[in-house]
Amino acid sequence: MDRFTTLTAIAAPLPLANVDTDKIIPARFLKTIKRTGLGVHLFDTLRYDESGAERPDFVLNQEPYRRAQILIAFENFGCGSSREHAPWALLDFGIRCVIAPDFADIFHNNCFKNGILPIRLPREVCEALMADARMGGNARLTVDLQRQVVVRPNGEEIRFEIDPFRRHLLLEGLDDIGQTLQHAPAIDGYEARQRSERAWVPAIGGV
Amino acid sequence: MAEPRTLFDKVWDSHVVERLPDGTCILYIDRHLTHEVTSPQAFEGLRMAGRRVRRPDATIAVVDHNVPTSDRSKGIEEPESRLQVETLERNVAEFGVPYIPLLDARQGIVHIIGPELGISLPGFTIVCGDSHTSTHGALGALAFGIGTSEVEHVLATQTLLQKPAKNMLVRVDGTLGFGCTAKDIVLAIIGRIGTAGGTGHVIEYAGEAIRALDMAGRMTVCNMSIEAGARAGMIAPDETTFDYVRGRPYAPKAGAFEQAVAYWRTLPSDPGARYDRTVTLDAGAVAPMVTWGTSPEAVVPVTGTVPDPEGEPDEARRAQMRRMLDYMALTPGQRMQDVPVDVVFIGSCTNGRIEDIRAAATIARGRKVAPGVRALVVPGSGLVKQQAEEEGLDRVLTEAGFEWREAGCSMCLGMNPDKLTPGQRCASTSNRNFEGRQGPGGRTHLLSPAMAAAAAVTGRLADVRELA
Repeated sequence: MDRFTTLTAIAAPLPLANVDTDKIIPARFLKTIKRTGLGVHLFDTLRYDESGAERPDFVLNQEPYRRAQILIAFENFGCGSSREHAPWALLDFGIRCVIAPDFADIFHNNCFKNGILPIRLPREVCEALMADARMGGNARLTVDLQRQVVVRPNGEEIRFEIDPFRRHLLLEGLDDIGQTLQHAPAIDGYEARQRSERAWVPAIGGV
Repeated sequence: MAEPRTLFDKVWDSHVVERLPDGTCILYIDRHLTHEVTSPQAFEGLRMAGRRVRRPDATIAVVDHNVPTSDRSKGIEEPESRLQVETLERNVAEFGVPYIPLLDARQGIVHIIGPELGISLPGFTIVCGDSHTSTHGALGALAFGIGTSEVEHVLATQTLLQKPAKNMLVRVDGTLGFGCTAKDIVLAIIGRIGTAGGTGHVIEYAGEAIRALDMAGRMTVCNMSIEAGARAGMIAPDETTFDYVRGRPYAPKAGAFEQAVAYWRTLPSDPGARYDRTVTLDAGAVAPMVTWGTSPEAVVPVTGTVPDPEGEPDEARRAQMRRMLDYMALTPGQRMQDVPVDVVFIGSCTNGRIEDIRAAATIARGRKVAPGVRALVVPGSGLVKQQAEEEGLDRVLTEAGFEWREAGCSMCLGMNPDKLTPGQRCASTSNRNFEGRQGPGGRTHLLSPAMAAAAAVTGRLADVRELA
């Protein structure tokens, strides 16, 4: 996983609430066995018409937002499915940070596993950032994870909160599994206790 | 005396392997259910890191999302779907994971077969790379959906890194009226608290109306917890639960079962347990529900009308409502019962159990699917299909003009050939009415199985109470 430290980039405004995972990446594109290559299908129905041609009014089809690395949206971003294809599609397009008033839990979790930083900021702040984003290439935002601030084009700094453990993993680009496996003796001990205390638990075998 | 704890607190506490200094917990997972869509990249990750599956005996794999629901003796025609299924078969063989193949009678939707086979049990932690894992919470388990990176994490470590959720109590008092079902309860709850109403919480459903539900109904309610934004839904195990679990193929047997029941009886929330939020609902006031928009919270009683965005004070919500009505091709004030349907879908992890098929067959019996309507019944598993056929329900349904198909996720998400064409309107017993969910440009109205059957025979969104 790529580490996330500081990002200065174009932000794309997507002034919608309840952007669900089917909007981010429709189910018909989940038939892949890879993590990469989904960027072309990101926001497929918003982005392309029935013939497959780009819809010129959709933000990611416009310059300079084709190069956006930050996305600003409204409430409950990422609701619906657990599909990690949603953050994979965002990442493959180039998005490394999504800012919204709140996120659906599973999507929020999935972002961190892929080096995408989801930032929760109040609605009115998102509206101000949305206005910044509408200025396009003229108004880059900076996201500084070390200092936990978003820097607006006018220099104003907005503090954001983030779980310290997740911040650490993102800053270092660490793999969760490696972290957990350092606790293998505790897992072994738990399993041993369970085998005696919950001896009734059956194993799945011989299916 | 110890602090009173909720059902969630108890299941959580008993699975904490280690609490890290910042409060993150290493949570032990009792059952890991996997399927073809969200697992390939996880197995690939294991392979690249030279890791093994820690507990194949706590893991099960099945194919459901991609599979055709028509004749499958010739295999899967669509190359990408076939590749995903073949990839799962290679992975389970390589890593020694128990697998139920496509042509096995027990194949079905992962959330149907887990409880059906006794793989999902009360008090367990259960995860799957699918948001509707919340279904298994009906047994009194803590069950939730995870992403593929977490699937890999569970495969490798049998644990997850988690922080405890908040507790929310949804109490449904009273008794359901004639023609109303578990689906109507959960749609009414989502309509009340909204699609983000449960974010950060695990919902415990309680109250007289929940107690009165059979396991199928409880699973329907817990299944849609995620549609209210909740991480999981849970219902305290009781005699209904124990009777359901007893004798299932992978459930504990004889003395072990009695030991298990003794433990399960300790799980219900203690008197005085604290909830971060409580919502109450009167079951007697719940009518048969139907969604009008592209979010499950956009729901009204079938006797209602399409709402008017101009009456919505919040500008962003107003804009969203207009967009939904535009997509759904509905007009404010239109009676829901006047809305014609093209397709009816009965099935999914929400409503693909035998009880759901019985409910649909009761309405279908002696009637005919309306001209021009295509109606599909897709049992949730091969065993559900078998049971229905033993009861003669397949004949009732096919004589009425319904298609009787093989088990799978099917038109709930249209990853297999069962999908809507642009502009088609569907009365569906599934869980999501998002834009394009059942096929690009398709329009979905969520409702109960009996209501779906009523829509099939009348050709419109009908009030099942007038047919029953």
